Amino acid sequence: MRNAFAKKITELAKQDERVVLLSGDIGNRLFDDFKARFPSRFYNCGVAEANMMGVAAGLAMSGLRPVCYTITPFITYRCMEQIRVDVCYHHVPVVIVGTGSGLSYASLGATHHSCEEMGMLRLLPGLTVLAPADEVEVRGALEAALKSDNPAYIRIGKKGEPVVHKTPPEFAIGKGIVLREGKEVCLLSAGTILPVALAAAELLAQKGHSTRVVSFHTVKPLDTELLAEVFGRFRVVGTVEEHSVLGGLGGSVAEWASELPSSPARLVRFGTRDEFLHLTCEQEEAREHFGLTPQAIAAEIERHLR
Amino acid sequence: MSQNSLNSPPQLDAASSGKTIAELEDIARKLRFKLIEMSHAAGTPHLGSALSCVDILVAAYWKTVRINPADPSNPFRDRFILSKGHAATALYATLAARGFFPADWLDSFARHGSPLAEQPSPGCAPGVELATGSLGHGLPVGSGMALAGKIQKRNYRVYVVMSDGECNEGTVWEAALFAPANKLDNLVVVIDYNKWQATGRSNEIMNLPSLRGKWAAFGWEASEIDGNDMSAVVEALGKVPENGGKPVAIIANTVKGRGVSFMQDDNNWHYRIPNQEEVQAAKKELRIA
Repeated sequence: MRNAFAKKITELAKQDERVVLLSGDIGNRLFDDFKARFPSRFYNCGVAEANMMGVAAGLAMSGLRPVCYTITPFITYRCMEQIRVDVCYHHVPVVIVGTGSGLSYASLGATHHSCEEMGMLRLLPGLTVLAPADEVEVRGALEAALKSDNPAYIRIGKKGEPVVHKTPPEFAIGKGIVLREGKEVCLLSAGTILPVALAAAELLAQKGHSTRVVSFHTVKPLDTELLAEVFGRFRVVGTVEEHSVLGGLGGSVAEWASELPSSPARLVRFGTRDEFLHLTCEQEEAREHFGLTPQAIAAEIERHLR
Repeated sequence: MSQNSLNSPPQLDAASSGKTIAELEDIARKLRFKLIEMSHAAGTPHLGSALSCVDILVAAYWKTVRINPADPSNPFRDRFILSKGHAATALYATLAARGFFPADWLDSFARHGSPLAEQPSPGCAPGVELATGSLGHGLPVGSGMALAGKIQKRNYRVYVVMSDGECNEGTVWEAALFAPANKLDNLVVVIDYNKWQATGRSNEIMNLPSLRGKWAAFGWEASEIDGNDMSAVVEALGKVPENGGKPVAIIANTVKGRGVSFMQDDNNWHYRIPNQEEVQAAKKELRIA
């Protein structure tokens, strides 16, 4: 995903001379091509994320289109107030890109995990929150975010994630992408966990439970049109994300659904529990630890269908 | 901007830049009383902090910052950020006196629905570049504006006024590392060094001294002046080098509550609001008719 990001931002910088790339001392060699082509539009801001975010706001206030990039916890938690005051309060078009999101860097310990940041960021007025599923969606998300006049946060993975979309779908902020149709169960997935949701749907289908899967890449603003349709039709709606069940996609959908007059659907949230991960492990095992596997998701959905 | 290249800031109007030091001191004296009246009328604190930076604002807005009050969003203008947002009355009164907006806006200060909140909100009034109030934001954002000027090849400068207490914030020092690394010689920081922060002596609460030494060590062109001496401030702001390669830090030694004997260097006036008798006593001291 990060290679797709580097390539796409280089392409977009060619099309739009307002694009400026700020890095928080990360992406060794990743931006060599960008730097060679646009030397006056790349700045390594060092390990000083709060300053980087303020600098980005200042650039945006002066008519440029800054894109900030570093590891997710540092570009979100670390500079939360700068995102809130400098970027969101002034509502300037800064694009914040966090790499290694969720449990991507499971083995580095919880300092490098980000299972709470979507919940924190989506509270900020006017900030778009995007969780693309694969490199195809990363390209779509970046292009859409840079076209918008709103500030945006894009949470991406690391490298080597499976490519889900064989052909690029139309990517629009706030519009979920249906990958598989179904009638009984609907899984809404945010971010790189999408292949797990698709595999869970396959398991459910084998048991006779027709399952729809949506890449619900925009956590804010919610695709309420799609949600209204889904909550009016399906027996079980599951949200799937590599993020806490509090505050992220599941939390957002739960808040939205709580105001429905009535719904046949039951909401089940799949994500990380309200705890830090203390287990030394890789991403796959971390997902397993939190029940984020096709088997665990399918089994839990089945329990709700009984 | 008739004789300027397209990328240059507007010229200061002669009526402003032609002012003598005595005339500027006169403006500062009247502004000080205005701040006292505003604090009294609105019941708002931070008067001492506002009084200490008046001379800096007057020198900047009448002699230094190349901006046309009738065209405050001109993309080629110099930018001025009052990062110590709690001294907002000083900024508002200065902008009004300089003609950015009608003086009667000041009467509504901090009242329901006023454009002028106790601390500036985004785009609240012509000439206000940044919403401030949370300390440590002005210098990073100002650095971004200065960097934008370099990228877009625009010859404007960015001035950021901070408080000494503000230098407790880590972001100040992140920006202090960033600006020289990127050769932002179009960036000027002025520190209103009044030796007090909210609840005590700034040199004791944190290890600030030597402020000048610290900024110089960080790679800034650092100087130290009497920040309540109008001619010294005008001279320091006017000395900012073109293409010197380094950002500029001016450590302005000031007195909190400057201008009124019973407020000067008394930190009670960080929060205290003057009563009617105190307003009258200040009026007399400041020789306001």
